[in-house]
Amino acid sequence: MERVPILKIGDTLLVSIQIDLQDQTVLALQEDLAERIVQTQARGVIIDITAVEIVDSFIGRMFATIASMSRLLDAETVVVGMRPAVAITLVELGLSLGGVRTALDLERGMKLLDSGADLR
Amino acid sequence: MTSPAEVPITSNDDVVRVRQVVRGLAAEVKMSLVDQTKVVTAASELARNTFVYGGGGTATVELVTNPATGRTGVKIVFTDEGPGIPDVDLALTEGWSSGSGLGLGLSGTRRLVDEFDLETEPGTGTRISVTKWTR
Ligand SMILES: Nc1ncnc2c1ncn2[C@@H]1O[C@H](COP(=O)(O)OP(=O)(O)OP(=O)(O)O)[C@@H](O)[C@H]1O
Ligand SMILES: [Mg+2]
Repeated sequence: MERVPILKIGDTLLVSIQIDLQDQTVLALQEDLAERIVQTQARGVIIDITAVEIVDSFIGRMFATIASMSRLLDAETVVVGMRPAVAITLVELGLSLGGVRTALDLERGMKLLDSGADLR
Repeated sequence: MTSPAEVPITSNDDVVRVRQVVRGLAAEVKMSLVDQTKVVTAASELARNTFVYGGGGTATVELVTNPATGRTGVKIVFTDEGPGIPDVDLALTEGWSSGSGLGLGLSGTRRLVDEFDLETEPGTGTRISVTKWTR
C-alpha cells in the first residue's frame, strides 16, 4: 500500500494527493495526520486535491473526518483545488461536505489559514 | 482498451482498478469530463459495495451502443455471490447503511448514471448493472 506524504511548512501541514487513493491509504492518512498534528503542533492542515480525478463517498468522508479530528487537536483544515467535475459529482452523489472548509487553490488556502479567520 | 473488460474485485486495490478501466473506456467514447467523473464515481461506489458487502466479485466493463439513438456509452455490471440484499427499497434509501457507511452509495449512484438495474436474492448474490450514455 502506498502512503501519502505529509509536508510541514511553518506551522501548516501540507498533504498533496498525487495517487489514486484506495481505502486503506485513506485510513492510514487519517491516522498519520493526527499523529503529525500533535507531534509538530501544527495549527493548519491543507489537503491539496488538484490532481484528484474522483472523490467518492469514502474519500469525501475522509475530508470531513480530517476536518473534525484536526479541530479537536486545535488545527484548522482547508481542502484546496477541487476540480469542477468533482464538485458537480459530489453534490449529485449527495455529499455536501458541510463543515469542510475549501479554497480554490493552494495560495488562497494558505491565506485563509494565515488570516486566522475563525474557520468554524 | 479492450471491451468488454472483466475486472475481479477481491481487494481495495481492485476498486481502484475498476475506476481506471471505466475511466479509460469513458474517455474512449469521448464522454464529457463531468460525465466521465460521474460514471467513475458510481463505479467506485458499486465496486466497494461488491468488495465489502458482497465478499468480492467481478466488474464487467463494456462499450455499448444504443440502437435507437445511435449513442455510445459505458455499461458496467457488478456481480457477487454474497449474502444478497434482503430489503432493496431500504438499501436504496439515502442515508441507510447496514454498516458504518453514509448510505450514499446506492442512492447516489442511481442519480449519477442513466440506467440502473439491481437484481438480488438473499443467500445467492447481487447483480447491479449501470449504463452512462454520451450526450
Ligand atoms: N453487493 C451487496 N451485497 C449485499 N448487500 C449490499 C450490497 N451492496 C449494498 N448492500 C447493502 O446496501 C446498503 C446500502 O448501500 P450503500 O452503498 O448505499 O451504503 P453504504 O455502503 O452502507 O454506505 P456508503 O456507500 O455511503 O459508504 C449497505 O449498507 C448494504 O447493507
Ligand atoms: Mg456503499
